[in-house]
Amino acid sequence: MARAISTRRKWIVTVIAWAIGLAIFFPVLWTILTSFKTEGEAIASPPSFLFFDWTLENYQTVQERSDYLRHFWNSVVLSLGSTLCGLIIAVPAAWSMAFVPGRFTKDILMWMLSTKMLPAVGVLMPIYLLCLNAGLLDTKVALIFVLMMINLPIIVWMLFTYFREIPGDILEAARMDGATMRSEIIHVLVPMAVPGIASTLLLNIILAWNEAFWTLNLTTVNAAPLTQFIASYSSPEGLFYAKLSAASTMAIAPILILGWFSQKQLVRGLTFGAVK
Amino acid sequence: MKLSSLIVGAASVAVLGVAAQAETVTIATVNNGDMIRMQHLADHFTKDHPDIQLEWVTLEENTLRQRVSTDIATDGGQFDVMTIGTYEVPIWAEKGWLVALDDLPDSYDVDDILPAIRGGLSVDGTLYAAPFYGESSMVMYRKDLFEAAGLEMPDAPTWDFIADAARKITDKDKEIYGICLRGKAGWGENMAFISAMANSFGARWFDMDWKAQFDQPEWKEALTFYLDLMNDAGPPGASSNGFNENLALFQSGKCGMWIDATVAASFVTNPDESTVADKVGFALAPDKGLGKRSNWLWAWSLAIPKSSDAQDAAKAFIAWATSKDYLELVASEEGWANVPPGTRTSLYENEKYLEAAPFAKMTLESIKAADPNHPAVEDVPYVGVQFVAIPEFQGIGTAVGQQFSAALAGTTSADAALANAQSLTERQMRRAGYPK
Amino acid sequence: MATTHTRAAAKIMMSPAVILLLGWMIVPLAMTIYFSTLSYSLYNPGDTPFVGWGNYQYFVTGPSFWPAMINTLWMVGGVLLITIIGGVLLALLLDQPFFGQGIVRILVIAPFFVMPTVSALVWKNMFMNPVNGLFAYIAKVFGFAPVDFLSEIPLLSIIIIVAWQWLPFATLILLTALQSLDTEQMEAAEMDGAPAVSKFFSIILPHLSRAITVVVLIQTIFLLGIFAEIFVTTNGGPGNATTNLTYLVYLEAIVGQDIGSGSAGGIIAVVLANIVAIFLMRMIGKNLDI
Repeated sequence: MARAISTRRKWIVTVIAWAIGLAIFFPVLWTILTSFKTEGEAIASPPSFLFFDWTLENYQTVQERSDYLRHFWNSVVLSLGSTLCGLIIAVPAAWSMAFVPGRFTKDILMWMLSTKMLPAVGVLMPIYLLCLNAGLLDTKVALIFVLMMINLPIIVWMLFTYFREIPGDILEAARMDGATMRSEIIHVLVPMAVPGIASTLLLNIILAWNEAFWTLNLTTVNAAPLTQFIASYSSPEGLFYAKLSAASTMAIAPILILGWFSQKQLVRGLTFGAVK
Repeated sequence: MKLSSLIVGAASVAVLGVAAQAETVTIATVNNGDMIRMQHLADHFTKDHPDIQLEWVTLEENTLRQRVSTDIATDGGQFDVMTIGTYEVPIWAEKGWLVALDDLPDSYDVDDILPAIRGGLSVDGTLYAAPFYGESSMVMYRKDLFEAAGLEMPDAPTWDFIADAARKITDKDKEIYGICLRGKAGWGENMAFISAMANSFGARWFDMDWKAQFDQPEWKEALTFYLDLMNDAGPPGASSNGFNENLALFQSGKCGMWIDATVAASFVTNPDESTVADKVGFALAPDKGLGKRSNWLWAWSLAIPKSSDAQDAAKAFIAWATSKDYLELVASEEGWANVPPGTRTSLYENEKYLEAAPFAKMTLESIKAADPNHPAVEDVPYVGVQFVAIPEFQGIGTAVGQQFSAALAGTTSADAALANAQSLTERQMRRAGYPK
Repeated sequence: MATTHTRAAAKIMMSPAVILLLGWMIVPLAMTIYFSTLSYSLYNPGDTPFVGWGNYQYFVTGPSFWPAMINTLWMVGGVLLITIIGGVLLALLLDQPFFGQGIVRILVIAPFFVMPTVSALVWKNMFMNPVNGLFAYIAKVFGFAPVDFLSEIPLLSIIIIVAWQWLPFATLILLTALQSLDTEQMEAAEMDGAPAVSKFFSIILPHLSRAITVVVLIQTIFLLGIFAEIFVTTNGGPGNATTNLTYLVYLEAIVGQDIGSGSAGGIIAVVLANIVAIFLMRMIGKNLDI
C-alpha cells in the first residue's frame, strides 16, 4: 500500500529542503561568486549578489603568481598514488579478514583504526627527520607513502565492511563447482566487490586531496600540492577577498566536480557498509 | 659524416654544459606585496643568468617561519635562499647556520645600506643577510578626518595627543574608527607593536638580571593605555587584526589613524588599492616624553643557509634582488613609489624617489630613530626593539601575545593578563636556564 | 570451511598491511618517546641531555595544559552534537519526497569536499569578519551590533566552522540508514495512528543507532586532531580560548622549537586519544557486530 502524499505537503518539503540545502551550500557559492568580483566589489556594502561586473582578473593574478597547473598535477599524483598503493595493500588484508576471520580479527581492525588517532603534530619531527635522512624531503614518494599510511586504516575498514556483505555461500558454491581460486576471484568476487572498491577509492582521493598538515610540512617545490598553493593566500596584504576566493575556487573545484559526478558511489562509500 | 658527428658532438657538449651548470635556487619567501613583485621581476634575473633556475615557495609569514627554522636547524637543505628578519639573523649567524655575505661585488656597494639596518643584520661586523626592505613604524592618518575634527597632527606626536585625537575622530555609526592597532596574538604581530609602545612608556622585557618585568608599573600603564584606547576608538574584532587586516581596514577608509610598519605607506597611498590614497598623512611614532619613541626596526632580508648546495647561485640572486639596479628596475616597471624602501642611503638621496614617495622622509627618520642596542629607557641585557634577540623569544613572545590579545578581546583583565605574562615568562626563562 | 591452508594464506595476505601499520605506529612513536626524555631544542640540536620526566612535568604544569584538554573535549563534543542532531534532522527532511532531491543532496554534501584550510579562510574573512563580513552586514541590516565571532565567541566559532564541514558526512550516513528502514514497520505504526514524535523515538532512532555510532567513531578520529581551522583563524586565542591539545603541541614543538616538551605533549595526546579510542571501541563493540 503506497503512502498517499499530498501535493501540498510535497511542495512545503521542497521549499524547506531547498532553503536548507542552499544555506549549507552558500559559503561555497559565495566564494565562487566573489572570485569573479573586483576587490572593491568584494567588500562592497551592500554586497552585490549577481549584478556586478564579472571579471576574470583574479584568476589571472593568481595564475601569474603561482603555477596552478603544477600544484594541481602534484595533488592528482599524490592523491591517486597514495590511494592506489593503499588499495593494493588493503584489498588482500580486508579480503582475508572478511572471509577467514580469526579470533583477533576484530581487535586487529580496531587497532588499525586507533593508529589513525596518532596526532600528526606529535610525530612531525620524527617523520620529518626520517624523510630528511632518507633524502626524501619534497619528493612525491615520501608524500605518497605518508598519505597512504594515514588513510590505510580507513581503507581497510571500508573494504572489510563491503567484503563482509558478500555472502560466503556464493564462494562455497563456486568452489563446489570446481572453480579454481583464481577464477573464483575473477568471476565471482570482483564483480561483487568493485562498487565497494570504487567508493573506497573516491573517499580516499578526497581525504588525500584535502590533507594539509603533512603536505605542507614535507614539501617545498617538487611535490607541493594545492594545499601549499592556498597557503600563500592565507593572509596577504591589503584587500584580498577576491583573490583569495579565486585561489580557493581553483583549489576546491576539481575535487568538488569529481565528488558531484561520483555522488552515488561516494554515498555508498561514506556509509562504510555498516549501515544497513 | 664528419659534419654530422661534429653536430652531434657539439650538441652533446651543449647538453652536458647546460646540465652541469643549470642550478636550481629554491627561494622561500613571505607573501607580501614587495616579495610578490620581486617574483614577477625575477625574469630579468634569469635572462641574465640562463644557467640559474629559480623556484619559489611563497608562504604566509607564520608558516614560512616554521618551515625555514625547522629546515635550518635540522640541516634540511630544502632552501637556498631564505627570507628572514632581523630577529633570526643574529641568532642563526651566531650558530654558524648562515653563509657570510662578505664577498659581494664592489658594484653592490654594501656601504650604501642604512647603518641601522646593516647593524641589525651583522654579527661582529660581518653581514649575514642582505636587506630586501627595511621598515620602522610610524603614524599614518587621514588628513580629511583630522581637518573635519579641527585637529592638526604634529610631526612628532605624543601618546596623549594620539589618544585624544582618536577618540574625537571615532564615529562608530559611520564605521570610522579613530585608531587601528595590532591585536592578533604573535610575537611578530601584536607583541611587535606593544613591545615598541611599552618602550616609550619606560617599560622593558627584562632587567639586567634577565628578570621579567611585567609586574612593574610601567607595563601596567602601557597596557591599560592601549586597552582603553582600543576599546574607545578601535575597530570591532581588533583582537584578531594583524598588519594585513588593519591594512585592509585603512585602505577601505575605516581607520582614522594606523600606527604600523612604514612599508604600509606605499600601499595606503596607492590609488589602485586604496580608497583613501590622496588623504593620507604621516607622522613619527608617538612618545611619552621619556626620550624613546614607540617605533620598531625590522628588515625582511635574504640569507643563504649553510646547507644550501647552490650557494654561489644563491649569492648571485641575492646580490641582484637587493641591489641598486633592482630599485631602478622596480621604478621603471612600477614607478618609484613602489620600490622596496628602507635599505639604501642612496634611495633617500634620489630626487625622483623623494618626489614620488611623500612618506620617504618620515620613513627614513623613523628608521634612524630606532636603536636596537638601546631599545628601552632603562638598560637592558638584550638587543632588539620590538623583540628580544634570544631563541626562546618566539615561544615566549607568542604566549604573552595571547594574553594581551585576550585582554583586548575582554576575556581577561589587564591585571590578570600581566600576571599571567609574568609567570609564563619566568617559567620559560627558568627552563631556558637564564640568567646565563 | 577455513582450512589451515586458507588460514595461512589469509595471514600472508594480511601481513603487508599489519606490518606497515605496525612500523608506522612504532617507529615514530618510539622516536617521540625518546625525544620526550631529552632536553632537545632545535636551537641547540647538538646538545640533547637526558632529562627523564622533566618534559612531561613541564608540559603538564604549563598554564595552557588544562584549558587545552577541556577545549579539545569541547570541540569534539560540540561538533559531534551539532552534526548528529543536524544530521538526523536533515536526513529526515531529505528522506521525504520533494522536487529536485538529487540537486539538494549535491548542495548538502559540497562542504565535505572543501579543504579545511580553505573553509577556515572563507569563514574567517568573508563571513565572520566583524567589519567586512557578511554576518556583520546582515546584523547591521537588522539593526544589531555585529558580533565579533572570533574574539567574543572563539570556541563556538571554530565549532561552527568544523561542524559545517562534517555535517554532510553525518547527514549522508544517517540518510542511507534511514532509507533502509523497514517501510512495513513504519506503515504499521502509521496505521496505529502513532504520533510522529513517538514514531521517531520508538522506531527511527533505535534504527539509526548503528549509523550514529559510525558517525561518532569516524568523526572523533578526525576531530581530535583539529588543527588547520585553528591555525588559520584564531591561532589558539584569544588567550588560550581555542588552544586544543594538538595546537598546544604545535606551539611547544614548532613555534617554541622545543622538541622535548613538544614530544612529551605528543605522547600525552596519544594517551588521551587511546583512552577515547577504548571508550569508542566499547561502544562500537556493543553496537556493531563485527
